[in-house]
Amino acid sequence: MPESRQPKRGTDTAAESTAAPAVIAVRGLTKDYDGVRAVDGIDFQVAQGTTTALLGGNGAGKTTTLSILAGLLLPTAGSVRVLGEDMLRHRYRVLHRMNFSSPYVDLPMRLTVRDNLRVFAGLYSIPNTGKRLEELAADLDLFPFLKRPYGGLSSGQKTRVALAKALLNEPELLLMDEPTASLDPDMAETVRGYLMAYQRRTGATIFMASHNMLEVERICDDVIVLREGRIVDQGTPGELIARYGRQTLEDVFIDIARQRENGGGDSNTVTGGEPAS
Amino acid sequence: MSISAPGYSHFSPRRVGTMVMRYGMLMRNSWPRIIELVYWPTVQMIMWGFITRFFLTHSSWLVQAAGVLISAVLLWDVLYRGQLGVSLMFFEEMYARNLGQLFVSPLRPYELVASLLVMSLIRTLISFGGASLLAILFYRYSVFALGFPLIVFFFNLIVMGWSIGLLVSSLVLRYGLGAESLAWVAIFIIAPFSGIYYPIATLPGWLQPLAFLLPSSHVFEGMRAVMIEGVVRTDLLLIAAGLNAAYLLASTAVFLRTFHVARVRGLLLNVGE
Repeated sequence: MPESRQPKRGTDTAAESTAAPAVIAVRGLTKDYDGVRAVDGIDFQVAQGTTTALLGGNGAGKTTTLSILAGLLLPTAGSVRVLGEDMLRHRYRVLHRMNFSSPYVDLPMRLTVRDNLRVFAGLYSIPNTGKRLEELAADLDLFPFLKRPYGGLSSGQKTRVALAKALLNEPELLLMDEPTASLDPDMAETVRGYLMAYQRRTGATIFMASHNMLEVERICDDVIVLREGRIVDQGTPGELIARYGRQTLEDVFIDIARQRENGGGDSNTVTGGEPAS
Repeated sequence: MSISAPGYSHFSPRRVGTMVMRYGMLMRNSWPRIIELVYWPTVQMIMWGFITRFFLTHSSWLVQAAGVLISAVLLWDVLYRGQLGVSLMFFEEMYARNLGQLFVSPLRPYELVASLLVMSLIRTLISFGGASLLAILFYRYSVFALGFPLIVFFFNLIVMGWSIGLLVSSLVLRYGLGAESLAWVAIFIIAPFSGIYYPIATLPGWLQPLAFLLPSSHVFEGMRAVMIEGVVRTDLLLIAAGLNAAYLLASTAVFLRTFHVARVRGLLLNVGE
């Protein structure tokens, strides 16, 4: 199910995004860990039905931001609204409508894949659990290892199981940290295709952190670039590529990373990088 | 639209049941865990059974109640297993780096606590039941002969174990699995002051008021009253129940507060050593 290999370069999606209601609305989000600022007063919105990527180097604040959105982490300052609810005060009103996948969390190793998924189906109160598990197993090719302990799987198989867990409740908002990490190119392509088809079918919003620039170019409507906890640029993949005068998003990423190495860029605006003139 | 039922009910028996099922799956898939449940109480019961046999010919006090040491060791194990049942099940989530997965779901922290307590009760019943049946087999002594007071003793001790288990789990959540050895040793700090094998009057005078702050000391005094004097000391059992209620509330509050701190410090994602 390969999708178009052309990056989303136009601005149509961005225009549509502004018209759609915001599924995520973040204002002044700040997170300090023992005096170290991991996220520094960022503002952004994510429109319903879009796929948005959070890009940035190691330590840029991507996982921290995702964790706050998922309700696992409390910010030092700022507000977070998810699916219209204040995530800091009323997260239980929306947790059943969203889900999360990350390589930084795991599933019990000794439980079989089926048992693990049954547990989470119970926690999300999924009706007709057996049918739902069969659907996901078919979609993500889990049948060969459904009865095997999760701990005995390859990292690629674990990534697929984690994705199945994240899709159990057909979330309206899917938060993903490195969604295709550890997958071979063929399976990564299949998963990307599945996510896009899922989004088209359900109108779900996908918000992800990724280091896979090709993936971001191909499936994301919008990109938020973080550096040292601040948003240094934002736009569609096409807009960013054009703004920096580059051929690929990977080149843009390297440009932005090198601005830091060269001491350039202490900006905190959505257009505050140093794009090509 | 999500197919998940709304998760904002304040307490969901289904979610608690799901977590109990999850811990049951873990037990089912690991025979060493099942053996471990009965192993220590059985070994202890056998050892104290022989000690009892020896003292029966050398101690007039013990002759009054031949099963007092075996009952004591079995009941002490209720406290220990109750605590371990909470702590070890919680550690399983940390070993599996699963807390992040659990708490992006609608599961609430107090539902996790409830499931840990239910699982602790199941584990302790298996452990206590197994060792008690073996005591009948080996020594022809039945702890069940204590009758109704046994149920009161059992629940007072397991609830005290839950309180300690929640405090240990809080410490491990806050400081990481490096502190997990506390699960195995924490209970022993109270053992000398609980009067398991001797009356509280044996302790120095200044220690006795402190000992009576422990529900366990009231339970073991009550146990000896039943076995030696044939009297059910409801006063002792009521005090134990009152103390337990206060301690369980306090330890649950500490756990929930620690959970909040874990969300501030990012500990739900970075669990481990």
